[in-house]
Amino acid sequence: MSVLPMKRVLIVGLRKDRKQILELLQRKGVVEISADRSEPHKDQDDTVFHQIDMSSARATFDKNVTLASQALDVLNQTVPDPEPVTMFSGRQKMTLTDYETNVAKRDRIMEMVYRLGTLSKQMTEIEAELPRLEMQLETLQPWLQFGYPMNFEGTRCTRAFIGTLPNEVTSLQILEEIGASAPDITGVDVTIISASTEQTCIMVVCLKQDAQKVEEALRHMNFARPALSGGDAPLKQAQDTRAKIEQLQTKAADIQKEISSYADRRDQLKFIIDYFTMRSDKYEVLSGLHQSNRTFLLTGYVEDRFTSALESLLTARFNCIVEFSVPDESEDVPVALKNNAFSAPLESVIESYSLPGKGEDDPTLPVSIFYYVLFGLMLSDAAYGMIMAIGCAVILKKFKNMEDSMRKTIQMFMLCGIGTIFWGFMFGSFFGDATKVIATTFFGRTDISLPPIWFEPISLPIKMLTFSFLLGLIHLFTGLGLKLKRCIREHRILDAIYDVVFWYMLVGGSVIYLLTVPMITSMLGVSFVLPSAAGQVAAVLMIISAIGIILTGGRESRNWFKRILKGLYALYGITGYLSDVLSYSRLLALGLATSVIATVFNKMGSMVATGLGGGVIGFIVFLIIFIIGHLLNMAINALGAYVHTNRLQYVEFFGKFYDGGGRKFRPFTENTKYYKVQE
Amino acid sequence: MSQLGLFFALLGAALSALLAGAGSAVGVGRAGQAAAGVVTDDPSQFSKVLLLQLLPGTQGIYGLLIAFITMTQIGIMGGDSNISLAKGLLYLAACLPMAIVGYISACYQSQASVAAIGLVAKRPDQFGKAMIFPAMVETYAILALLVSILAIFGIANVNI
Repeated sequence: MSVLPMKRVLIVGLRKDRKQILELLQRKGVVEISADRSEPHKDQDDTVFHQIDMSSARATFDKNVTLASQALDVLNQTVPDPEPVTMFSGRQKMTLTDYETNVAKRDRIMEMVYRLGTLSKQMTEIEAELPRLEMQLETLQPWLQFGYPMNFEGTRCTRAFIGTLPNEVTSLQILEEIGASAPDITGVDVTIISASTEQTCIMVVCLKQDAQKVEEALRHMNFARPALSGGDAPLKQAQDTRAKIEQLQTKAADIQKEISSYADRRDQLKFIIDYFTMRSDKYEVLSGLHQSNRTFLLTGYVEDRFTSALESLLTARFNCIVEFSVPDESEDVPVALKNNAFSAPLESVIESYSLPGKGEDDPTLPVSIFYYVLFGLMLSDAAYGMIMAIGCAVILKKFKNMEDSMRKTIQMFMLCGIGTIFWGFMFGSFFGDATKVIATTFFGRTDISLPPIWFEPISLPIKMLTFSFLLGLIHLFTGLGLKLKRCIREHRILDAIYDVVFWYMLVGGSVIYLLTVPMITSMLGVSFVLPSAAGQVAAVLMIISAIGIILTGGRESRNWFKRILKGLYALYGITGYLSDVLSYSRLLALGLATSVIATVFNKMGSMVATGLGGGVIGFIVFLIIFIIGHLLNMAINALGAYVHTNRLQYVEFFGKFYDGGGRKFRPFTENTKYYKVQE
Repeated sequence: MSQLGLFFALLGAALSALLAGAGSAVGVGRAGQAAAGVVTDDPSQFSKVLLLQLLPGTQGIYGLLIAFITMTQIGIMGGDSNISLAKGLLYLAACLPMAIVGYISACYQSQASVAAIGLVAKRPDQFGKAMIFPAMVETYAILALLVSILAIFGIANVNI
């Protein structure tokens, strides 16, 4: 209904109370604290008041928030949260006593956070180590038959070469190759340890004096030393590795178990995240406070309706002074909106355009009246409307703790759904022409259908188009009317006449004039033609207003020549009105899109069902096509209706009177994720 | 010759589904790439960027719509399919606005969508405004849809 009046507040308190006062303000969430650092107190030569930098304390709190969030993630990965946080669930309420009990436990909770951090780190290490060991085990596999340590180099007189040759080779082949490249050696012994198509593991033993030649010969055969080390035999190594893997697995299980054991303390983790978030916010405000040795000053804005409650609350508990003053004209006062239950859901739509600027009215009420109607016209199917409205109502009922902004959005879609139900019945659309199709296909009754209360746009598109234009004109004229209202309130009567009344006359006159032309009326399907006398009156009105606009449209220019030129350009703005009105044809187009596509799916379903000879199977197939098709149609058209309703409001409607530019009121409050502390 | 009328009418229906659908496929694909990029950085923006991705998708639906009402009118979906050549050509002409404007507007709308997705990535609170820029482009698809619908319904009453 309105923009809430704001008061400027100054709180002067004792420095020892500052944290308690801030905590109280944070819980109440009604004061926006000015972080204005350019006030005179900040001056370097101010010897009394100064600001204290709290950023290092804040950094600690922020780090704790991060650690606790990580700990919660670790816990949630191991034991999923039975009540996961969804977009609807909102924050749980917590009493002040519970809050204080939890605060007393914070060191123990932080111990858990650190422990969970350590456990998760160990877990990560194990998870990295396990595949490495598995890999090692695999490399050992071909060597298991080998009884010597892998680094065995031979005895006193002999030299042993342990390694692999590519491809599968026999000991005979190896002996031949060695014999060929080093014919003069005394003797050599080749043992095949294992062989596969990729590689052959061998040990070659020769006398020490022949070692070099044999090595040379082996190198020619692409002999490679294994990527294994250690003084133990492969079998022993494999056993050790296996034991190690088992040990790590037990350890991992233990860690998992320990992490799981914290599941019943999940709430404490959530609490500690919120606790440090709040403290960090509090310290941010603290950094901006002007403090002397014994006192502190706090300035900000508060809604007018809370002033007396705030004052009595603060003065009853603390030794402090609370002063309120009316903000200056020049101040950038934050904006908060207050509306009735019907309009309030649309505050977010206003906000996402821009909040009312200085001296502007809250447009939520007029926007809401048209919003639900326009949305309903574009979606225009009673069944889709029911699904939306009932779905939203169920969500609203199920999630009591939902955040305000989310609740408003859901409420908005619920009311849009109700608008859709209304227009759906007006136009006789319930899942398109489902009533008729089902009656014809499955019951052989061609006489049953859902008759429209008003008319069917699909059979009378021109009538619907004319209605869309009419609604558009009403919408635009309402916008102009709001501009008129503001001009009159600000006693700018001349502006009101020049910028609003002339346009009412010009546009209204043109519409009346067009309605006297039989060609236009027959094109629009209007059943009446206004008498030509009305046309003459309208023409006179148009001429007067056109001259008025030419003379006043550029009234800020002093030069008359410039002024007339600007006035002519302003008159050209009539084309803007034409395109604005034509823009409402989207009401027809989107409405038709919904019903025609619904008809397509109904027809597809009935064609397949008839092809299957009706009956139970036919009905089931029909149902599948019906459900998928209508879900798709509903989703895409609800999106379209939402986007284009916003567009009509933002571009056509707001273009006539609304500028916005206000700053949102952001009270210092509990900016938490899981809990909301209440007194 | 009488079959030629039916052919041209069906050509119109096919073109509107084909071109508008192709435009939407291009548009939604392009916007989807941008949306996926945003979600890698900030998964919480998923629902917002998904909406923006879908905006160039409506032309395909409008094309389908025109194709469908043309096919019902010319009796392809059952009924009398005896269309004169002149009438067939009229149906073809009636389908062209949706086919051509549908294709072009979907392509350009996707560029506005990509930019809007970028805007939401940087300033998630400005979603309301970001949505309006692509919606502006769609206006022309809607106007084309309107002309095509009115023309197709009108042709049924023309006696040639």
